[in-house]
Amino acid sequence: MSMHKLDTMSYLESMLIRLGIAGIFLLETGKMILLPPYSLKPLVKQIAFIGARSLLVIVVAGLFVGMVIALQFYDTLVRFGSVSLLGSAVGLSLIRELGPVLTALLVIGRSGSAMCAEIGIMRVDNQIDALECMAIDPYRYLFGPRILAGIICVPILTAVFVLVGIFGGYFVGVILFGVSPGSYFQGMSDTVLNRDLFMGFSKSLVFGLLIVWIACDKGFNLHLDKHGAYGSEGVSRITTEAVVISSIAILFSDYLLSALIL
Amino acid sequence: MIDPNIKQVIEIEGLNSWYGDKQILSNISLSVKRKEVMVIMGHSGSGKSTLLRHMIGLNQAVSGSIKLLGKEITSLNRNELFELRKHIGVAFQNGALFSSMTLQENVELPLYEHTKLDRNTIRIMSRLKLELMNLSDSESLMPAELSGGMLKRAGLARAVIMDPEILFFDEPSAGLDPVTSAELDDLILQLRDALNMTIIVVTHEMESAFKIADRITVIDNGQQIMTGDKETIKNSTDPRIINMLERRAMNDNIDADDYLNKLTRN
Repeated sequence: MSMHKLDTMSYLESMLIRLGIAGIFLLETGKMILLPPYSLKPLVKQIAFIGARSLLVIVVAGLFVGMVIALQFYDTLVRFGSVSLLGSAVGLSLIRELGPVLTALLVIGRSGSAMCAEIGIMRVDNQIDALECMAIDPYRYLFGPRILAGIICVPILTAVFVLVGIFGGYFVGVILFGVSPGSYFQGMSDTVLNRDLFMGFSKSLVFGLLIVWIACDKGFNLHLDKHGAYGSEGVSRITTEAVVISSIAILFSDYLLSALIL
Repeated sequence: MIDPNIKQVIEIEGLNSWYGDKQILSNISLSVKRKEVMVIMGHSGSGKSTLLRHMIGLNQAVSGSIKLLGKEITSLNRNELFELRKHIGVAFQNGALFSSMTLQENVELPLYEHTKLDRNTIRIMSRLKLELMNLSDSESLMPAELSGGMLKRAGLARAVIMDPEILFFDEPSAGLDPVTSAELDDLILQLRDALNMTIIVVTHEMESAFKIADRITVIDNGQQIMTGDKETIKNSTDPRIINMLERRAMNDNIDADDYLNKLTRN
């Protein structure tokens, strides 16, 4: 067997092992979420970290995304004399695709990277070892509340993004370009179906899980990454990797979920 | 359930540990008696901290047996290990305090996690321990605001908050000035007398080791050179121990001319 083939096989093998470790990480965390004792305080803290602190950036981004979509769709629809479809176009694209995906990407940048770096530093600084020595399970104490907060916050942030985006679109379409407010909202309510809402909601739920899972797993298993330094360089490396991997995972799962639901 | 009459709180037999292809610990066997201060001494990189990590179940042994409070930790599952760890306290070299919590919150964490005590009782208990460590004025400070010595004492306060049966302390004097280091040694002895606990200290500081130890285990290159009381270690004829005691580099007997010849020969 050639060296090249051997290299590829060992790379695939190490990737599979790493995936297995990430899977075990999720299973252990899931088990800890389901098993008592339940503690509300760490969950509230993480909801504040992921949700409340991301709110402003979500509102600002949602507003501009809604405005730019309305601008682009208006320019296209006006050529076909279908300006009355502006509300539908804005609503559908925000609810089904742009809302969940862009919210997830913003949460990765705002909270996922910080979470990964924090856990990574805790690993490097022996804080995770200290937790284990105090008989405090890191899966329950650190990761359970974070995963739950991700699953709770990302759908809520997506809803905020979509709502603000719709009003951004309203501002451009109705106030700036004079589209009738009735046709903007009526068109939207006629075309947006429960299935579209379900698609947006289920995507945001999965994205919330993926973001926190990848960020926490990368930080927690920093010491398992054989290629590279363990200290501050290691933390910066895994943070970058977490951002890249979760962004790709979001886009990949976005396609998968769209294909499944449509 | 821990047997309260157990005499040897730690028993290690034939422990071998590897990191990749490199053997870190080779055939280590030692036991620690209840209420004893055992110091594990050795150069940097000799494997002493790895040995400590094995004793508390943070590292997996390749072969050998480690009994902690009578339980074979190499065969315990995660939950059993957590249950056992409620009886030990570990103070890390850098303190390993949680940077997002104040000193007081750090010290109180194990009590909130493992007891049903009310807030006021927990506060009183943490204040007592912080006072013992001479940190009562610093309870509201964040770890980033503490000096190296304070971080170690804070880590120690957190390690003893549950009144553990065994305290493990990794490098208490590393990075500290001689005065602070001596204060910390006194504190360790006070803890043994006041709280009646078994203490295992990992250090490379000779002075500190001979001040606090009942017995000393000397480790070099992953091998256990000797275990004995202070006099036995002091009177040892093993050149590695003599070098260590005289603070001499292992290869300082190389002649300068020989060394130069060796270099130029290549």
